[in-house]
Amino acid sequence: MINLDSKVPDGPLADKWDNHRFAMKLINPPNKRKFKVIVVGSGLAGASAAASLGELGYNVDVFTYHDSPRRAHSISAQGGINGAKNYQNDADSIHRLFYDTVKGGDYRSREANVYRLSQVSVDIIDQCIAQGVPFAREYGGLLANRSFGGAQVSRTFYARGQTGQQLLLGAYQAMAAQIATGKVTLHNRSDVLDIVTKDGEACGVVVRDLLTGQVSSHSAHAVVLATGGYGNVYYLSTNALACNVTASWRAHRKGAAFANPCFGQIHPTCIPAGDEFQSKLTLMSESLRNDGRIWVPRDIDESRSADQISEAERYYYLEEKYPTFGNLVPRDVASRNAKTVVDQGHGVGELKNGVYLDFADSIGREGIDVIRERYGNLFDMYERITGEDPYRQPMRIYPASHYSMGGLWVDYNLMTTVPGLYALGECNFSDHGANRLGASALMQGLADGYFVLPYTIGDYLAPKLGNAAIPTDDPVFTEAVAEVDTRTRHWLSKSGTKSADHYHRELGTVLRDYCGMARDKTGLEKALSEIPAIREEFRKDVKVLGSADGLNQSLEKVNRVDDFMELAELVVRDALDREESCGAHFRDESQTDEGEALRDDDNYSYVAAWEWKGPNQPQELHKEHLEFENIELTQRSYK
Amino acid sequence: MSKNLDLKLRIWRQDGPDAPGSFLDIEAKGISEDASFLEMLDTVNERLLDDDVEPINFPHDCREGICGTCGMMVNGRAHGPEKATATCQLHMRKFDDGDEITVEPWRAASFPVIKDLVVDRSPLDRIVEAGGFISAPTGTAPDANQILIPKEAAEMSMDAASCIGCGACVASCPNSAAQLFTAAKLTHLNVLPQGQPERWKRTEAMVETMEEYFGACTNHGECHEACPKEIPLDFIAFMNRDYIKAKIKNRSLASQIS
Repeated sequence: MINLDSKVPDGPLADKWDNHRFAMKLINPPNKRKFKVIVVGSGLAGASAAASLGELGYNVDVFTYHDSPRRAHSISAQGGINGAKNYQNDADSIHRLFYDTVKGGDYRSREANVYRLSQVSVDIIDQCIAQGVPFAREYGGLLANRSFGGAQVSRTFYARGQTGQQLLLGAYQAMAAQIATGKVTLHNRSDVLDIVTKDGEACGVVVRDLLTGQVSSHSAHAVVLATGGYGNVYYLSTNALACNVTASWRAHRKGAAFANPCFGQIHPTCIPAGDEFQSKLTLMSESLRNDGRIWVPRDIDESRSADQISEAERYYYLEEKYPTFGNLVPRDVASRNAKTVVDQGHGVGELKNGVYLDFADSIGREGIDVIRERYGNLFDMYERITGEDPYRQPMRIYPASHYSMGGLWVDYNLMTTVPGLYALGECNFSDHGANRLGASALMQGLADGYFVLPYTIGDYLAPKLGNAAIPTDDPVFTEAVAEVDTRTRHWLSKSGTKSADHYHRELGTVLRDYCGMARDKTGLEKALSEIPAIREEFRKDVKVLGSADGLNQSLEKVNRVDDFMELAELVVRDALDREESCGAHFRDESQTDEGEALRDDDNYSYVAAWEWKGPNQPQELHKEHLEFENIELTQRSYK
Repeated sequence: MSKNLDLKLRIWRQDGPDAPGSFLDIEAKGISEDASFLEMLDTVNERLLDDDVEPINFPHDCREGICGTCGMMVNGRAHGPEKATATCQLHMRKFDDGDEITVEPWRAASFPVIKDLVVDRSPLDRIVEAGGFISAPTGTAPDANQILIPKEAAEMSMDAASCIGCGACVASCPNSAAQLFTAAKLTHLNVLPQGQPERWKRTEAMVETMEEYFGACTNHGECHEACPKEIPLDFIAFMNRDYIKAKIKNRSLASQIS
């Protein structure tokens, strides 16, 4: 039975983290050497955690399936990272960042966690600067900021359109320093395929070496998952192709509750799909909305090119509907409105599946050089992909699956419902509620890794001083290894007919159609009946060639798709259970007269945490009720 | 509507590091010019699977030109014919109907082939581990705006830091030298005020680790031509200057007179 004790400390909001840090047990420096911690994933959360734990003296084993830790998908984040520094003198504060984040998440996140996130956001910026992250600067040598979707203050720090890359390099370099000292051991090209528990506590992982195919086990006093999001469950998404849910899902199957799986963010500004061979949807940074104007032709039969369409014939739907925020409304609102106009037939492009993001006005106002300085790399990328020049004609954009607000349930200490198993960054559910604000993912990943886990893990480990890690010849390990080995090899013994991609694509289509930007009961029920059928067919008919004893990318893929097949069903079940609209989760049955998401706080102000009950059994729902003591719940309005 | 291309592909296949490799000739018909190069390979792989041939393993991940995972020699050029473009961002509209395209893994002794088009680039990480960082343990940092950095220095640092570590520089160099990669990593940190305390130690350690694994630079400039992020060549000069200075400064007696 799962116990959802959030362990939020007592006391006033602003003092909770301070009080908690004092209350937690400490391990003295020489004793930290006696503990081993496994970190899975080397993105912002994983690398920052590994570096910080190594600096503190813990022995850390890091696992990544990439050839180098610096390939992790955090690297693709473009726009920036929020920090409540108030450097721009525009009345920002920790409280305002906290307020914006809770409101932006449509009041489905835990107040205490978000407040702590806002508090440490300022330390993150300091830390990154000390590491040499080359954030943008003003001529006086001070840091530059910009505003970002969903915020009315300029609190976003950025490094051109490559902020994620720069922050990841910072965290990776900090980790590399620890690798050099021997405190951190890196296992690259190592796929974690199971989490091992003994007597209910996490004690290690099972890993497949992607080069030799060898399956081995690794033991530790605690296991930290920093494995990112599951946006690829939709097949087409902005995620890197290898992004997967496997480690989280295997943890779920071992007892970790999975929270709010239906809260998946659909990012409004991506390049629309072109054809069936499309393998991913490329994100165009949200920062473009600062200078681009979004519109579609008013006439649904419009066939002229954009420059031939007069102002009066253009429908600037965000500016018209939301005069206050205009093109800067939060992501969920921007995405939903794009879907609405495209569904109405206003779409642009050959397939009529996009909306225009037009820079003509800002180029006219600021000059082409200013726009090139701000967004040059994004414009170039757009041109390479589409063959169209965005300096001369508007970009075409459309929403795509992007970020997972849902994930493993964690308490205030970032521990899952399995003792000793932690989840950091995007793979946990903790801070973004039902919708994440722009430039907050990087903030959360680094907050968890640099400033939260290094403190909270000590509280768990301290009483274990003197206990050895469970030896890897313990039956819990040998059985887990055998199971993973069998599971991996069995795919090769089948004589199926279609690739894992084929079934993944099919799964994605069902999810996009019935559990995308808008959902209703009928569609969700249909998805719930179709997904198990696809899964069965996939398991019977998937075709994998090659060997399990060396590099085999198809084999890596099939294991991941298998886990997506199970996750997809839970995503839909969660969406069906939540009969309200909130943030990214929009139920057609629950909307205001103006077509905005209508929450039902009396009945759904909870975190839905699902407990695994066995294969082909529906998960059991547990609820963590959310209490708001510091923020008054309002209907979000960006008009 | 977009056009379709019929292509003749010659793709390198190799079972393992010690296995002999050879080219596989494949006709790839009806490839949309809107497909990316890697999507073209996806399509080829689907067809190979249908024919009971094991799909080609090739390096790829983010497919938006930033993770640095992808990289192959396309018609003898690292990342293919388009300048400043990683393989994943190369699109088939850059090719013509009927083209013959040769696809090989990165060619460098320091990057042994693992399988097909996948190589081992881990020596690049050894260079970073040798000193490509600023020692600033978590929690020790002063307020971010206490460190003033001239915009020009920050921009130069960013130019260097935009290196994605793909290894195209090494693959395109006749000597398999890693000067451009190492220079980018060094310049990123060496031009910043925060990077000064460890500048000389870092430079000596990284350059010498680089020399353990890679060939020597003879100023061909092919690395810059192939670089998807257009890392400037003069960063190598900057590195060489710092290395000479470091050799003197790191010897305390000599540094008193330099």
